[in-house]
Parts: sequence; structure tokens; C-alpha cells
Amino acid sequence: MSPNDISKLAIARPDFAAIASWIPEGSSVLDLGCGDGSLLRYLAETRGVQGYGVEISDINIVSCIANGVNVIQDDLDSGLEDFETDSFDFVMLSQTLQAIRHTEPLIQEILRVGREGIVSFPNFGYWKSRLNVLLGNMPVSKELPYQWYDTPNVHLCTLDDFEGFCRKHKVAVLERRVMTGGSEVNLLPNLLGSTAVYRFQRGL
Amino acid sequence: MLPRYELVYETYGQLNADKSNAILICHALSGNHHVAGHYEEDPKSTGWWDNMVGPGKPVDTDKFFVIGLNNLGGCHGSTGPSSINPDTGKPYGASFPVVTVEDWVESQARLADQLGIKQFAAVMGGSLGGMQALQWSLSFPERVRHVLVIAAAPHLTAENIAFNDVARSAILTDPDFNGGNFYQHGVVPKRGLRLARMLGHITYLSDDAMADKFGRSLRSGKLGYTYDIEFEIESYLRYQGDKFAAYFDANTYLLMTKALDYFDPARDFDGDLDKAFARAQADFLVVSFTTDWRFAPERSREIVRPLLHNKRNVSYAEITSTHGHDSFLMPHAHYFEVMRTYLDKVADEGAKP
Repeated sequence: MSPNDISKLAIARPDFAAIASWIPEGSSVLDLGCGDGSLLRYLAETRGVQGYGVEISDINIVSCIANGVNVIQDDLDSGLEDFETDSFDFVMLSQTLQAIRHTEPLIQEILRVGREGIVSFPNFGYWKSRLNVLLGNMPVSKELPYQWYDTPNVHLCTLDDFEGFCRKHKVAVLERRVMTGGSEVNLLPNLLGSTAVYRFQRGL
Repeated sequence: MLPRYELVYETYGQLNADKSNAILICHALSGNHHVAGHYEEDPKSTGWWDNMVGPGKPVDTDKFFVIGLNNLGGCHGSTGPSSINPDTGKPYGASFPVVTVEDWVESQARLADQLGIKQFAAVMGGSLGGMQALQWSLSFPERVRHVLVIAAAPHLTAENIAFNDVARSAILTDPDFNGGNFYQHGVVPKRGLRLARMLGHITYLSDDAMADKFGRSLRSGKLGYTYDIEFEIESYLRYQGDKFAAYFDANTYLLMTKALDYFDPARDFDGDLDKAFARAQADFLVVSFTTDWRFAPERSREIVRPLLHNKRNVSYAEITSTHGHDSFLMPHAHYFEVMRTYLDKVADEGAKP
């Protein structure tokens, strides 16, 4: 990937840049639902990370291999049993949380396998989504590009919902980054943010 | 102990100046050195992996120098049980030593030495061939950059060994076997070989593939209430058995199945594959097929797991295919795309410093 490609990617996926800023040089990472492997490649080239992606789709397996990324074909809903406890610095779930069926066990698995977890997801509390629902339709946007009948998303949530989940499940949030269209949102994030990234670890 | 041996091999493509673009293809139970292409005089003599290996194919011989060989103990030109023992002037027969996957890899490394290849770009194979590729990463970690393991397992299960034992029993109890020295008697234990192959063939197919291809179709269209061939599947299996028994050596079959049974890289590590793979240095591609029940996807995961635990570079693809264990030999768009994409990366990276 040329420096030009990297900066383009950072603009196209602002959550990538936020994630990269949290990851020290040379960390080990596991990227769950890694898609075409572009985040892992981005982190390998900007942070020198060693890692693996887990992905279910055939097309993405080929893309990951083409991106020079290690990828394991598997269904995240069957758990992470092939990975040892505390074997990664970071376990990431980028724009995938909402498509996971068994959310609670997967978050526990992330915290078993990784020292820290990083999760990014579209904020369903974003004002445009709320407006859509208020006007009587399910939202369709850049972050949620599906119709209600063909969406893989089964567990959409808001920032408040996710933070409530963390409190209930003894997950300690270390940092949060909320964004809309690449710009950081600090004011009323649950209303004005379209995407959120969280860094967390096992709570006491 | 063999005083000397010969290995027959074929090569495809050009070895580059720094001899860094060589790929070794390891064959499975009944394979041989003739991997790709056909001989000038015989257009029907297509190599056993011709759909995978050749110019512009996933294993692209415009980029790689590809070697196929017949394993030691084989019956396609390399020294094996049917070869003449120079000490006695008679075929080795029963006196041919049992060889293991480790022995094969050792002999393949000697072939590489002869060709001046210090390090393979890749060693690859399916089934028993995949086990040899795995063994390469353990026997000669620094001599192979990439290992491609297709439709294989880190060792056989009791069920796998049981199938092999039934196949061997068919051969060993054939009256024409003569304790392995049938050559002198001018006979071949064809009945045993045929049964062994029929049994093997069942395990290479999937239930669905058999149902699709044969179902309950009858050859004559109606039941005959006899013990002759009635169902199409019977006809197919017997044909495959007869074809195989006409050219394959019974002692080689016994030897190959034994090599399968013995393969177990974890044996010296208290059964711990994590420890066994600690010395591997190569990057790995592991591929399995959904309907393969001889070496099911879960068996390939047993290979992936210790590689993950040792932080090796590894990718794993589970191909949705209907053809059972035989899938690894079949053309399949996604399977070929995975192989091609991986090997294109191998070609691009060149030799590691």
C-alpha cells in the first residue's frame, strides 16, 4: 500500500485512524470480521502489527490473501476456541458487533483472548437514524447501507446501550472516540455521532 | 536399509537464476511424478493435477519451476518393491523397507540438493501430499518459505487407520499375494488391490456426490434379483477397482497406507502439536473442503491451531464443495482463486533474505 493509499483509507474509514492511534508499534492483533483485510493491512503498514483476521465470506478470504493478511475462515458465532487465552494485545471487532448473533459470549471471548478489546459500530442513536424512525422508516445510510429485509445487522445499538452493556458485564471502557463523517464529535455524542470506537478491558 | 535408490521426477517451467522460484508438488496415495501436461506421443496422458499446474494456472509454470516426483517406494519409476534388488537380481517384494513421510521428505531434499535448490518457494500437496508438505516445515524449516496443505490432517484417526487396515487386509489375504513376493510367481493380487481401491474410493466421495452421480440408478433399468452388478454405483466402483488393479503395485499400496498410519509429528512431543510446530518457520496456507469426511475441515483446523499458537503466518480457507475428499483434485472457481491469489503473492515476494 503506498502512502497515498494509506491516507485515502484513513479518510474513507476514520475509525481505522482512531484504532491505529491506540495501537503501539509491533502489537499483536486479532481482527474479528476483518472483511477484505484492509484494516489489518493498514495496521501492518502503519504500526508494524502481527496478526490474524477472522472472516466468514469466501470473497473476503481471497481479498485478505491478496492484501497479504493472515486470515482464518470461520464463523464468529462459534466462538474463538482456536485462540489461546491472553494471546493478543488487542482483539478488534470493527463494524461487526451489530451483525453478531451471540453478543455476550463473543465479548467475553474477546476479553479472554485479548489484553484489550476494540469495538467500532454504527450509532443507532445518531439523529438521522432517529429521524428516519420518527418519520416511519428504518434508516438507510453510509453506515447502515441495507434495507430492513436484506440487512445482516441483528443487534443494532446506541452508544448509551453499549455503555450500559459494558457496565452490566463488568467491561471497563478505557477510551471512546465518536465520529461523524471523519470529524470527531464531543457534544451530545449519542445524538450527533454516527460511528463510535471503544477501547476496553476486563473490569474488576 | 536400501543400498541405493532412484527417484523419477518431472519439471515444468524455468528455474530462475538464484534458484528461488521452485515449487515441490507432493503426491497422495496413488499419485506420481506426472503432475501436469501430457506426453507428446500420448495426448490422453494428462497429469493428475493438470487443472492446477501449468502456464497461467493457479500454480503458474510461467512464474514457478515446478517439480513432481514419484515417491520412494512408488511404482511409477522410482525405486520401490517391484524394482530389482541389485544384490539378488530379483524384485525387492516383501524385503522392501517400510518408508515414512519423514523418509520421503528426506529423499525429496536430496533431490533438491541435486537440482541446486537450497530453499523452495513452496512445498504443496493434497491429502497424504499435504502431510509431506507439513513435514517439510518440520524437517527442513529453513528450506521452505511457504507450505500449502490441502485436504489433510495432522495424523490419522482410529477410523482412518481402520479403513487402511481393511484395504491392507484385502491385499494381504489375497492368495496371489504370496507374502509380497508375487512377482516371482507371475501373478498379481488383483482381487485384493481391487477391493482396497473400491473401499478407498468410497471414502474419497461424499454421500451427496454419490447420490447425485448414481443415486439408485440401475444399469438395466430393472431389478434382477441376482448378485451381478445391478446398481450403477456397483458398476462404477468395480470399474475403478479393476482399472487400478491393472497398473498399481500391491506392495506400494501397502507401503503408502502404512506411511499414512505412521504420520504423527506430535509423537515425539507427548502428542502436543503446539510443541511439534514450534520449529516451523514457513508461512502456511491450509485448505479444507466442507464435504470431505476422510479429512474433514475439523482435521485441517487441527493443523491451523498449533500454527496460530506458535504465531506463524497462516491463512485457512474452507471451500464449499460437493465432491468430498476428491474435491482437492477437482476444478472449483473459488478454490482455484484462493490458490492463485496466494501463489501470486509468493511469486511477487521473491526470495526472503
